Amino acid sequence: MKKWKSYPVNFRIGAVITGIMLLLIVVGFFYTPYNPTGMDNSAKLAAPSLRHIMGCDNFGRDIFSRVLKGMGNTFLIALATVAIGVVCGIIVGAFTGYYGGWLDEILMRVNDVVFAFPSILLALVFVSIFGTGKYNVVLALGIAFVPSFARIVRGEFIKYRDMDYVKSARLAGVSSLRIIFVHILPNTMTVLLSSIMIGFNNAVLAEAGMSYLGIGVQPPDASLGSMLSEAQTYLFSAPNYAVFPGLMIILMVLGFSLLADGIKER
Amino acid sequence: MEDLLLEIKDLNIEFHDHDVPERVVNGLNMKLKRGEILGIVGESGSGKSMTAMAIAGLLRRHDMKIGGEINFEGTEILHASRTEIRGFQGDDIGIIFQEPMTSLNPVKRIGWQVEESLRIHRPEMSKAQRYALAIDSLKSVELEEPEKTYKKYPHELSGGMRQRVMIASAMICEPKLLIADEPTTALDVTIQLQIVKLLQRLNREKNTSILFISHDLSLVKQLCAKILVMHDGRVVEAGDTLEIFTHPKEAYTKELIGAIPKVEKMKQL
Repeated sequence: MKKWKSYPVNFRIGAVITGIMLLLIVVGFFYTPYNPTGMDNSAKLAAPSLRHIMGCDNFGRDIFSRVLKGMGNTFLIALATVAIGVVCGIIVGAFTGYYGGWLDEILMRVNDVVFAFPSILLALVFVSIFGTGKYNVVLALGIAFVPSFARIVRGEFIKYRDMDYVKSARLAGVSSLRIIFVHILPNTMTVLLSSIMIGFNNAVLAEAGMSYLGIGVQPPDASLGSMLSEAQTYLFSAPNYAVFPGLMIILMVLGFSLLADGIKER
Repeated sequence: MEDLLLEIKDLNIEFHDHDVPERVVNGLNMKLKRGEILGIVGESGSGKSMTAMAIAGLLRRHDMKIGGEINFEGTEILHASRTEIRGFQGDDIGIIFQEPMTSLNPVKRIGWQVEESLRIHRPEMSKAQRYALAIDSLKSVELEEPEKTYKKYPHELSGGMRQRVMIASAMICEPKLLIADEPTTALDVTIQLQIVKLLQRLNREKNTSILFISHDLSLVKQLCAKILVMHDGRVVEAGDTLEIFTHPKEAYTKELIGAIPKVEKMKQL
């Protein structure tokens, strides 16, 4: 294990922020100070205080509790989105990059078509066909994320497929599948890891955007995006309602960006 | 031992990725007997490496046209399908590349890489047997502390050590043919000599035929009994090393031999 100090500064800051965020998310799964959907008429739009550290929303729900739950939702959706994108992207990119030829041409043109649509637009179309809800959002965003990962992985495979160690593995009679996934794939991990981080950020923002538009997480369930959307009406009377979920989005994205930068620098 | 291991008849390799087809190997014929060391010499771009890749079955087949025949122990391998070749190929043919920096996978441990062809061709072996054989193999290429090397990553080794590891992993299945594609070019002179001696020893002990590709005539002279001189994709001259060095017939061969730097000349400087 390398010494903590030897890591780049942005990596360290990113790790601390991400660590705190992850801690809050994990805590949020098991414990929230109040019931995140429990309403308290006497505390409507309450300002931050010792009882409600982030204040309360227009139904008197504790914002801190909802932020904790909402971060968990946002995080899981982003994670699932990136997972779909990465797994499919690796499969498409690995085969097109390794084999080349007509398979490459066909799959990459399909890829270009998907790539040409903005991911939010693609997800909107998808959701309007299959209905709202978090699973559809995950699927829609996941598909929209495939092309960028596929391109990155494909580029790496093109770089590695003619390396001497791949040739000697081929000569040793190693099957193509084993060469792709055992010999080449681990080599692409450094590049893949930082793009996963960036992809994760985009997913957090996309989820927030979708929920803000009202097609992601459905009320009364909380997500950072849907909270922002609800807070919009009270922006002047209760700014804390919008500020805290927004701040959490910023911190999550910032933490991961710094972490990704740090990984790239190493 | 007079039987033939490898016979190439009229090998042609043409690239078709530009408008005008480019011939890199032109009507090449050669024979290699069991236990023999054959040197292929020639300048860069003379088609030496392409010939080696064709024998190893490593040519990508999209934009090139390959003609002729390569018989390995009586089996035609040039036009056989990949699944057909795979069974016996890695088992019987091993290869060492020029650049020791890129010939080992940087993210895998040495031991894992040396064992890889065992995993494919000797699936019945247990983990312990594989380990024992890998250590043996590392020992046979004169690596010190094979147990330590086994656990290391390629970046922890020097160029010469990596080349030894390459030889160990190419030799672990005891192939009948070892293709050495300029194995010493990237190494410094003292290490070059060690590697050549190592190849010589393996050839003697395991009766492995070696196809030694190089542009370094002085090394070829030491190692190979027979040589093949290539120029522009054609065989210029072939025969016994001694014969060719003492009585070169072709002008190009004379030129090549004349290009060997001599110690006496250096002294005059």
